[in-house]
Amino acid sequence: MSVRTLTIDGVDVAIAADQTILQAARSAGIPIPTLCHLDGVSEVAACRLCLVEITGMQKLVPACVTRVAEGMEVQTQTPKLQDYRRMVVELLFSEGNHVCAICVANGNCDLQDAAIEVGMDHTRFPYQFPDRPVDISHPQFGMDHNRCILCTRCVRVCDEIEGAHVWDVAQRGANCYIVSGMNQPWGAVSACTSCGKCVDACPTGAIFRKGETTGEKERDRAKLNFLVTAREKKEWTR
Amino acid sequence: MDVSELQSMAKQERDRQKPHRILCCTAAGCLSSGAAKVKARLEEEVNIAGLTQAAEVCSVGCLRFCGHGPLVAVVPDGLLYEQVTPENALSIITALQGKATEAILTDPHHPFLTHQMPIVLENSGKINPERIEEYIAVGGYQSLHQALLEMTPADVVTEISRSGLRGRGGGGYPTGLKWATVAKMPTGQKYVVCNADEGDPGAFMDRSVLESDPHRVLEGMAIAGYAIGAHHGFIYVRAEYPLAIQHLQTAIHQAKHYGLLGSQIFDSPFDFKIDIRIGAGAFVCGEETALIHSIEGGRGTPRPRPPYPAEAGLWQCPTLINNVETFANIVPIIRQGADWYASIGTEKSKGTKVFALTGKVNHAGLIEVPMGTTVRQIVEVMGGGVPDGGTVKSVQTGGPSGGCIPAAELDTPVDYESLLKLGTMMGSGGMIVMDDQTNMVQIAQFYMDFCRSESCGKCIPCRAGTVQLHQLLSKFVNREATLADLEHLEALCHMVQNTSLCGLGISAPNPVLSTLRYFRQEYLDLIDQGQKSLHQPRVELGR
Ligand SMILES: Cc1cc2nc3c(=O)[nH]c(=O)nc-3n(C[C@H](O)[C@H](O)[C@H](O)COP(=O)(O)O)c2cc1C
Ligand code: SF4
Ligand code: SF4
Ligand code: SF4
Ligand code: FES
Repeated sequence: MSVRTLTIDGVDVAIAADQTILQAARSAGIPIPTLCHLDGVSEVAACRLCLVEITGMQKLVPACVTRVAEGMEVQTQTPKLQDYRRMVVELLFSEGNHVCAICVANGNCDLQDAAIEVGMDHTRFPYQFPDRPVDISHPQFGMDHNRCILCTRCVRVCDEIEGAHVWDVAQRGANCYIVSGMNQPWGAVSACTSCGKCVDACPTGAIFRKGETTGEKERDRAKLNFLVTAREKKEWTR
Repeated sequence: MDVSELQSMAKQERDRQKPHRILCCTAAGCLSSGAAKVKARLEEEVNIAGLTQAAEVCSVGCLRFCGHGPLVAVVPDGLLYEQVTPENALSIITALQGKATEAILTDPHHPFLTHQMPIVLENSGKINPERIEEYIAVGGYQSLHQALLEMTPADVVTEISRSGLRGRGGGGYPTGLKWATVAKMPTGQKYVVCNADEGDPGAFMDRSVLESDPHRVLEGMAIAGYAIGAHHGFIYVRAEYPLAIQHLQTAIHQAKHYGLLGSQIFDSPFDFKIDIRIGAGAFVCGEETALIHSIEGGRGTPRPRPPYPAEAGLWQCPTLINNVETFANIVPIIRQGADWYASIGTEKSKGTKVFALTGKVNHAGLIEVPMGTTVRQIVEVMGGGVPDGGTVKSVQTGGPSGGCIPAAELDTPVDYESLLKLGTMMGSGGMIVMDDQTNMVQIAQFYMDFCRSESCGKCIPCRAGTVQLHQLLSKFVNREATLADLEHLEALCHMVQNTSLCGLGISAPNPVLSTLRYFRQEYLDLIDQGQKSLHQPRVELGR
């Protein structure tokens, strides 16, 4: 296994050549905010929160998909990056209907965490108040599109780990929404095994267990990680 | 088929052609202004006059003077008629016998025509795009023969590199370098893809090439396939181009029939087939990784690069993606050599560029000019300037990804670098002339509306950012904006530009940044007018 050495925010890091900047930063305990990234499923580099600067490169690069290179100098917290990250989170809050006070994920939400991490306490952009539905046709779970940030973690978990491919993205631009089955109510999709992985994967309160009320959503991320390690490394104990 | 058969086919066709050929443009532009009826009447009149031995009426592709259609040309007489009606047919036929005509003749020395340098469009308006025989009669498929039998794949790549050809899809990436990269990938399944998605509003260059001379694109793709070691090509064309699709289908069918596509072309070991894939007309599907997903049957959304398609494209195989016009340049380069091609244009931008000239201009249509021609020459000399004595305010290039060239910069030569320096870009070739009545903020708003609705929705800056940018611009147009909004507008433009995933989002702020650069005062005026009229009834904006 060949190793690359690089610096992240001035800290020397050595890591396997096939790793990403995000993995390198995490191994060194340097935080980079992420939303669309989820350990164990493919990367889409869609949320753009993890953008970093690399000395000698004009463009900002997403840490979640960019491989490390020898001698790379990475900056994760320049004023420009902080500014852009804050705007990303502001755009997310203004785009959907995120009313934290009445949300199942309040206090246990990756979007809230991201807002705190980037220092966003209000959004400068006008709220769009989109008219979005709630689907509670599934016997165990519910899907509240108002809280969806279109990170596609549910899509990838269901497709790549559970192998059911219940979810996908429909429409384009601001009209995009997560669609179940052939645009059916979730409860009518026979492919769904009710495994609950999408509930664990969802960073917000968009996908939730029925019966949970404000602030009660819990996630078992470790379960997802366990399944991936089990499959890849044949380790079957938790 | 071998080369002697090719040549005898060419001769047969030339012998078959009648002394006078009456060429009717039946490409989309003229067709929409009634060319089909004109052609039918011309055929009738030839029959009635008993001239079937002396003259024939043919369908041809674009004759370029699109704004003056339907167009009819007569060769070898060298006549071009414009705005032809079916009633003109008789007089066009009698003119063949030397009588004066009532139909409107175009001045053959019109600068719109004389300043053109047709390389990509050399056969456009001269041959019937639905007959391979006519393409072969003007030397078609001889460059493919030359490449397959007289050159190694490496020779072909070198020739293209030396020609200095750069991608015509907008970015201007050196074509030879792209071919060399795909050629160097390990032998195995590789693909050639022709990008005919052409989604910019106001652009119709690629459509014209496909409608007027489809075989040239097929031949260019086959040469590319040989050069990079691919045996399968795809043309991705938007469903809004039914005539182009029909002509392509006919062309592929005919080329297969004569063994010019398929296995062992010209009895060489080289096989090449081409399939058409029809896109549903999403602008983002012109972006190469989205286009790949779409051909694979997936949702047309871009993915981060690297890996570039040259390394991992269609079904993860090395894939060469070029634009229609890029492929249309290959045949002349092989035929006339890299040195000849490199002698045309400027130091860094070689050859010609096709533009779709539209907007507030006297003569709209398709033009092909050498790189380095000034914008002024195109707009004022060839296009004849603004109608009704107006003046040019700015010229928009690059569509929703580009920007505007202000009147003061009209002497800028058209090449990749000069346009970038002005804050716009070559783009695929749309050129829209705007007069002094144009409100530039509304133009920026129009393009932002386009980007907003064409965003694929994958990444946040583009999906949500374009919505906010559009609302901010609408505030200006409605005279409700403040100086703080101007600040927000600029900050958000930079954020969307620097953080979006693909070219659509990255370039979406360009029309705003460009109008802010040259016409900032218009934004400020709108703020001012808003402040003043706060307590007065609202007035509608000019236009
Ligand atoms: C949003 C977007 C739309 C695009 N649309 C087109 C198009 O319609 N036609 C095209 O040839 N290239 C288009 N491109 C550029 C392609 O991604 C690609 O660079 C090009 O096809 C490469 O061909 P070339 O090297 O011959 O220019 C587009 C790019 C973006 C980002
Ligand atoms: S519960 Fe499991 S199978 Fe059903 S949608 Fe969620 S991840 Fe897919
Ligand atoms: S439902 Fe949850 S996991 Fe799925 S896209 Fe929306 S926010 Fe992401
Ligand atoms: S920039 Fe726009 S079009 Fe491109 S991936 Fe992002 S959302 Fe899609
Ligand atoms: S975590 Fe990298 S773009 Fe979302």
